[in-house]
Amino acid sequence: MNKNLYSPLIFELSHKGRTGYALPEYGKGEIGLPASLMRAEEPKLPEVDEPTVVRHYTNSSNNNFGVDTGFYPLGSCTMKYNPKVNEAMVSRAGVSALHPAQPAATVQGALRIYRTLEKYLAEIGGMAEFTLNPFAGAHGEYTGLRIIRAYHMSRADEARRKVIVPDSAHGTNPASAAMAGFEIVEVKSLPDGTVDMDDLQSKLDETVAAMMMTNPNTAGMFEHNIPQIAEAVHAAGALMYYDGANLNPMLGIARPGDMGFDVMHINLHKTFSTPHGGGGPGAGPVGVRKGLEKFLPNPHVIEKADGTLDVEFGEDALGRVSAWLGNFTVYIKALAYILSLGADGIAKVGPLSTLNANYIMNSLKDLYLLPIPGPCKHEFVFDGLIDKSTGVTTLNIAKALLDYGFHAPTIYFPLLFHESLMIEPTETENLETLDKFVKVMRDIAETAVSEPEKIKNAPYTTPISHPDEDEAALNPIVKYADLQ
Amino acid sequence: MDKIYYLPTHEYVKVDGEYGYVGISEYAAKQLGAVTYVDMPEEGEELTAGEEFGAVESRKAASDLYSPVSGEVVEINEELVDNPKLINNDPLNAWIVKVKINDFAELDGLMDTAAYTAFCEKEH
Amino acid sequence: MATHRYLPHTDDDIRVMLDRCGAKDFDDLYSDVPQSLRLKKPYALPEAMSEPELDRFFAGIAVENHEMACFAGGGFYHHYTPAVIPALLSRSEFYTAYTPYQPEISQGTLQYIFEYQSMMCELTGMDVSNASMYDGATATAEAMIMAVNAAKKKRRVLISATVAPAVAQVCSTYASSLGIILEVIPEDGGVTSETELKEMLGAGDVAGVIVASPNYYGIVEDYTGFADMCHERKALFIMNCHASALGVLRSPGEWDADIACGEAQSLGMPLNYGGPGLGYLCCRKALMRKLPGRIVGATKDAAGQRSFVLTLQAREQHIRRQKATSNICSNQGIMTLHASIYLSLMGAKGLRRVNEIGYNGAHSLAKSLVETGKVKLANPDKPFLNEFRIETVAPLSADTFLDALAAHGILGGITLSDNEIIIAVTEMCTPAEIDRYVSIIKGM
Repeated sequence: MNKNLYSPLIFELSHKGRTGYALPEYGKGEIGLPASLMRAEEPKLPEVDEPTVVRHYTNSSNNNFGVDTGFYPLGSCTMKYNPKVNEAMVSRAGVSALHPAQPAATVQGALRIYRTLEKYLAEIGGMAEFTLNPFAGAHGEYTGLRIIRAYHMSRADEARRKVIVPDSAHGTNPASAAMAGFEIVEVKSLPDGTVDMDDLQSKLDETVAAMMMTNPNTAGMFEHNIPQIAEAVHAAGALMYYDGANLNPMLGIARPGDMGFDVMHINLHKTFSTPHGGGGPGAGPVGVRKGLEKFLPNPHVIEKADGTLDVEFGEDALGRVSAWLGNFTVYIKALAYILSLGADGIAKVGPLSTLNANYIMNSLKDLYLLPIPGPCKHEFVFDGLIDKSTGVTTLNIAKALLDYGFHAPTIYFPLLFHESLMIEPTETENLETLDKFVKVMRDIAETAVSEPEKIKNAPYTTPISHPDEDEAALNPIVKYADLQ
Repeated sequence: MDKIYYLPTHEYVKVDGEYGYVGISEYAAKQLGAVTYVDMPEEGEELTAGEEFGAVESRKAASDLYSPVSGEVVEINEELVDNPKLINNDPLNAWIVKVKINDFAELDGLMDTAAYTAFCEKEH
Repeated sequence: MATHRYLPHTDDDIRVMLDRCGAKDFDDLYSDVPQSLRLKKPYALPEAMSEPELDRFFAGIAVENHEMACFAGGGFYHHYTPAVIPALLSRSEFYTAYTPYQPEISQGTLQYIFEYQSMMCELTGMDVSNASMYDGATATAEAMIMAVNAAKKKRRVLISATVAPAVAQVCSTYASSLGIILEVIPEDGGVTSETELKEMLGAGDVAGVIVASPNYYGIVEDYTGFADMCHERKALFIMNCHASALGVLRSPGEWDADIACGEAQSLGMPLNYGGPGLGYLCCRKALMRKLPGRIVGATKDAAGQRSFVLTLQAREQHIRRQKATSNICSNQGIMTLHASIYLSLMGAKGLRRVNEIGYNGAHSLAKSLVETGKVKLANPDKPFLNEFRIETVAPLSADTFLDALAAHGILGGITLSDNEIIIAVTEMCTPAEIDRYVSIIKGM
């Protein structure tokens, strides 16, 4: 990305009297509502012509970096290639003008997309049934935990108000548990990043509702004690929740259901290649093992005896977590991805993502501090440089990478290490890209010794450099009107 | 001289007669970085020793505040609303709340300056 | 040879890479996964489809989807999507980007979110907007939670019976897990009962009051005095509004509301069988630190250039964990770009035109339907914008009414009960379609 900052706001391109719309001539006439119910003045929106709008956003997009721009080794985010055919299939599927309240008979195609994806995810997750309704991973976590709560309540086991979360967990895990009304109990990690079994045992009792885990965990390590963990948790009467954020390396290897998990969510925008869209929309489908289906949220898509599909509201359901059936177009993209790869292709995703991560790890571990020796799964964590004498931090390394046309890894997460630098290449990157990244990371490590200030002052070539984030938090300017 | 006592969570209480000024230690302010916001209770609220009463935020971290003593908040430090960085500049004078201390015996369970300094050295 | 176009590894690549890792095969990399857990048989999934096969598969799906002339609303409206929007949204610099945590290479995303926030503040009359929530229902649930967090010790929230049921149900789901007591304010003739509200506020233990504009029946309620009544009892006044209608209706800011929330799908987003839409959430400055989700702020970089960054992140889950204002991480992202482009193209004038067409179409349809004698308006004395409630006159039932229209490819509205239907009109409903609607009913 070169330094070509395009900076005006659309408001600053406004010129009184210009318009960018073409609406039909019918329906003219004043709105005859009482003045007391109407706005006193018009909203101050931009007045711009269509070419101005197009140039504005096109230029603004040039200040952005996506997976299509370059390598995006952002740990725990699974920034894999977003296939173009997925996008094309959204318009092909003929859903754009379907209202969610249409009679089931007129939307059988849409319902078939929902039901088919639900079944494929159940096969991949080793679960009995899925709901696709949750809008994102965290929303899936919330939904899954509510299912667990509903299950305990159905057995009149009301005392279970705690959820166990490893100290290496994503922030959404404790936040979702809190939102679902649970108390959070943290379980310690061992030096190898896996769950401390003794600590876990000491925290399991009749007040625990569930244990939430990613597997592999956020350090990229497979929890090899998972059968024992599941056994202990189940013996205590609690359920196992699988956070699907790190499902990618397990494709073709093992299924969460077979590992002993009872409830799980999947981030379609990670493992199933749907775009992150600068933050969304995602989708966080939730799967459950046999016996928990009835607690899935409303509405459900069901198959009737005659083979047609319908939308139904179940009585035992935990309630509603969305107005309709969730981020529908995301399902089309995920389904197109699964069908494009097929059974064999999906099974190769896991091993290749793991190979890519291990290749980078082994190519850099002589310069970067590897706190947990390999083999990792789809991602791994360095604790900064081995040579800490130069004062070059993980933040400096991340910013220096931007000058080389790479996105930064995830930094300062997991919280297990002070200088966490978390790298996840995904399976869609080829060997040449990985080699280029390795070379750049080695150059940075060497420059950190020879010219530490050069790394500390990076980036140099990006549209902006060193924005004052303290000032942004101290005196928040959050809209155009605040700038004036 | 004011008598200062500390909690292991790095809050101090500076005792002045029947009142205590509660803030965060220099060590905590340094760990947190530039403070951007202080979430303070309202005047008249009752604090309980060891329980949370607010939070201090920096750009990329947040730290809950625990009260070293029980008692009513008689004043909050309004200066921190516009200038939270005072906590970084002079933490011992940038108190957050002034509390009417209910029970002076609670102070016995806290660390004095020497004990707290030793505690921080160990933690570091 | 590589096995798939998304998986670039050749056999030679794999050999070189395994060697670097000191592994002889993939199994070595998975030695920590117990054999007992391994996948025992291939996935029961179809074989890979080529692009032409995939295209045929989805074309086959499309045949089973039937577009209808849409007179249904209920929170999701069929509006026109200007062609500029899909063209710009398909710029992959935007849609293949992650959350803008690295501001140096994310100014594009950060800038459009800032523009979105600015425009939503204009529409709602609020001081601050976040960078989106999932949908209108979850945005309203988050508003409810904000009210409880701001009140500290009060846990009771009131929601009007005239708020859309799906929104109320999602609020109820969240309320039940957080120990929030959510109570319904009864309606009176299609609008929120002011006397009931006054009584419910009486005890002084209410944290927030949620109402809708327009409400579920399409009625534009008169909230004169509501904010004062809430504020006297130290309760927050929360308004759930359709974004498009805010182009003409009195804004939450003008009603002196504290929080504005709702669904912004009406800003020209395709129906897409219910999603993605866009939940918005805006508030007064005093509540800014209680606002969940991401917020973009302006600042300067080292060279003094205006720059945008994610700000006030200490409220969020990745820093605050269980103490965060919400668990939200991914939001509706690029849909805020959709909203920004839409509002830029339309401007205040275009938005007014959209509402005019809806208003005039709805009033003409309502009048003609009443003239058939088959239906009457449920609330003839109440003002509405582009959506209204009818009651079918016995023996005509709501189902028969809608089935007759459906047989002609018209989605006539949303069933509320055996004899009640809500009907919405937008600029996508042509005069010819409105005439056809009326003549079908007349002929029954």
